[in-house]
Amino acid sequence: MIRRLFIANRGEIAFRVIRTARRLGMTSILGASQADLSSWPARDADEVVCVGPSPSPQSYLSVDAVIAAAKAARADAIHPGYGFLSENAAFARAAAAAGIIFVGPEISSLEAMGDKLMARKVGIEAGLPVVPGGEAVDKAQALARATATGFPVLLKAVSGGGGKGMKRVDRVEDLEASIDMAMAEAQASFGDPRIYVERFISSGRHVEVQVLGDGETAIHLGTRDCSIQRRFQKLVEEAPAPSIPADKRAAIEAAAVNLARHLNYRGAGTVEFLVDAETFDFYFLEMNARIQVEHPVTEEITGVDLVEQQLLIAGGSRLTLTQDMVQPDGHAIEVRINAESWADDFRPSPGTAIRAAWPVGPGVRVDTHMPRGGVVPPFYDSLVGKLIVRGATRAEAVERLTAALDMLSIEGISTTADLHRAILRDPRFQAGGVDTRFFEGLSHG
Amino acid sequence: MTVELPLSPEDVNEISTILDGSSYDRLDIRTSRFRLRVERSGEGWSQEWSLDEGAEVAVAAAVSVTVAAVIPDGLVGVAAPLPGTFYHAPQPGAPPFVSVGDVVGPDSVIGIIETMKLMNPVHAGCSGRVVDVCVDNATMVDGGAILMHIQPA
Repeated sequence: MIRRLFIANRGEIAFRVIRTARRLGMTSILGASQADLSSWPARDADEVVCVGPSPSPQSYLSVDAVIAAAKAARADAIHPGYGFLSENAAFARAAAAAGIIFVGPEISSLEAMGDKLMARKVGIEAGLPVVPGGEAVDKAQALARATATGFPVLLKAVSGGGGKGMKRVDRVEDLEASIDMAMAEAQASFGDPRIYVERFISSGRHVEVQVLGDGETAIHLGTRDCSIQRRFQKLVEEAPAPSIPADKRAAIEAAAVNLARHLNYRGAGTVEFLVDAETFDFYFLEMNARIQVEHPVTEEITGVDLVEQQLLIAGGSRLTLTQDMVQPDGHAIEVRINAESWADDFRPSPGTAIRAAWPVGPGVRVDTHMPRGGVVPPFYDSLVGKLIVRGATRAEAVERLTAALDMLSIEGISTTADLHRAILRDPRFQAGGVDTRFFEGLSHG
Repeated sequence: MTVELPLSPEDVNEISTILDGSSYDRLDIRTSRFRLRVERSGEGWSQEWSLDEGAEVAVAAAVSVTVAAVIPDGLVGVAAPLPGTFYHAPQPGAPPFVSVGDVVGPDSVIGIIETMKLMNPVHAGCSGRVVDVCVDNATMVDGGAILMHIQPA
């Protein structure tokens, strides 16, 4: 039973976790950096502790600083959110050593899935199909790998997630420059410059399965489609993944549950697949051993509070949900509102929101930490909020989202709201089932 | 800090539904701690929260302060395209993109600004010779800060 929950994160997910913690009667303690001490989540949490200066390496990414703050606050559990230390095995180990529950899977699962190469190996052991490729410690090896698999290739950070450090390379002459940038981003985001080279599948969809496990049994909560991405950053997510034949969907869901069972997985996790948009053949990519940014679309169609499930399982409960109890209903879509200027090649736009009017109404959910006057600091990622809609059908969800986006008005910082309006107007999106090349074909008009 | 916001997202949703069935176009709730405005917006409703009006004004004022950069006569300044941490080299330990005395073209990369975890290349923007690197490596800069002086060719 968790009584004092320390939240080692910021932004909308910190706010999200605080809300569920409060509903479950837990005391929420937010570990905030100096830049975030007057943020909305900091004002909302029951208690706030400063975890360090604004730059994340000295605060949100510092295992020592976060553990010291949680201990000082007499926390009995830590929720790591997503990003930062959420999948860091050393962090989970340090929490355990301090006698604090880590709200996440066992350290063995983090180690098995924290590194894309290891994940691949474990995926193969669990009987899941994978894409050809391998690790490259330097440029020569990357070149050899790329030559072996054939261009185009994908460069990925071995320790990565969320698209950081990921680059597509079409020609051998571009490889060297791309490797430099990919390694620099991998170092900046994850403290590990190693990269990985993989064959790029041209018409692929990004489909993932939400799983829940308690160490003994595991279930799935259906699919999400996250194919609309720019430079491997997800922009739009929906549940369930549209236009997939029922037998293929069932096979993907079963593969995800097999992996979770193979790992004796405990907590909430997401198994990501690359699905061929024509044949629906699927390849295991990785497992995210944490709550995901896009988890609300699953919550909206299943009625399950995934953060609550995480907290219950971390507190020692067995899974009370069974596969039969999960009956997804309707269709949900989420768009990420980022502080970036679409017109200016997605240039980050830190600053102050002098207006922050979010839509409200039936079937509309907003997960944000951005009030009027809220500040987007230059230190962290650019997510300012998520707009989620639910409809009885996909068509109704699309209609609702179109109306909701019209009501959204954020001024003072640039946001991706206009981009989402353009996506919604695109006939390919309206039809559903697009592949990951969708964004390249998007018209600015 | 132990302020419990008295309204949940579900409450605000309900408020908008009640208002929708009324002739009202706007509801303003103001307490000592927050202000919530629920307002008719086209076909639907919007919500806007505001926590601390005083702080908002102070921040807005701080942002409007312009950086007065002194650029010596005859030289061109390369300005930071956005706020962030300015790096001279592509990665720690690597040689800098450019040094004093180097000849650059408009598309030459002279450094990187890391903002919100993304690496943004900074281009010289003109042809010429680097005369001065004004900002130390790994320094936080404001958007528009002068990073280098270039003697145009």
